[in-house]
Amino acid sequence: MSTPVRYTLHHPRWYRRPVSVFWWLKKRAYIVFVLRELTSVFVALVSVLTLLQVRAILESPEAHAALMARLASPPVTGLLLVALAALVFHSVSWFNLAPRAMPVRLRGRRVPDVLVSGGNFAAWLFLSAAMAFLFLGTMTTR
Amino acid sequence: MTRSPTPPLWLLFSAGGTLAAFLFPIHLLLFGFVFPLGWAEPPSYEQLLALVRHPPIRLYLFGFISLPLFHWAHRFRYTLYDGLKLKHLNMLVAVLCYGTAVVLSVVAARTLLDVG
Repeated sequence: MSTPVRYTLHHPRWYRRPVSVFWWLKKRAYIVFVLRELTSVFVALVSVLTLLQVRAILESPEAHAALMARLASPPVTGLLLVALAALVFHSVSWFNLAPRAMPVRLRGRRVPDVLVSGGNFAAWLFLSAAMAFLFLGTMTTR
Repeated sequence: MTRSPTPPLWLLFSAGGTLAAFLFPIHLLLFGFVFPLGWAEPPSYEQLLALVRHPPIRLYLFGFISLPLFHWAHRFRYTLYDGLKLKHLNMLVAVLCYGTAVVLSVVAARTLLDVG
């Protein structure tokens, strides 16, 4: 049992216990934390997907149709399903943290966290419904 | 003393995170499942083209693509630091993360600017 003793640079008397790279696997809360941070990978994926879609639409009808066909293939659908779950996790954790990241004050009193989160969830629902209505309702009636 | 670049980067992280939280799930549901898999009649190609060419929508799309990329860059950077303990690669990780976000944002801007 000989873990190499390492000291902090310029502070030779400070000794820090080495921590394993897998420290976050030791507790449920740590795993949830890392998973929450990793939702950002899927956020970036959707940004890239949107960029690809915009480029395909601007290129030609054929390019757009080809991309749509590729998106319908089972492996891609599987990946997007994981992405969708990650995005929902991101939204829920983001709205739950919102009152703590940015406390809202009204007449000198702090608005209860539940109301701030609740307002965010309501706005999320409204925006999602509006987008769905826009694309499913009006656009398809030609 | 040089000023820390953290506050503006955190602001981009926060703006991108908020935008993604509100709009990304429904966007992915529609454009990743509903339309490609034919669960509902998709908008016609002409409608999509008109939409993408519309100036305010081009601005919207730029923010929609770019801000969440900076959200990813910031969050992923610190996940690598803390999760994989890459503090000693500080500069490299930061350049790779923010650099990717910048490059893709430039691609998005150029795509949306020369729409014609």
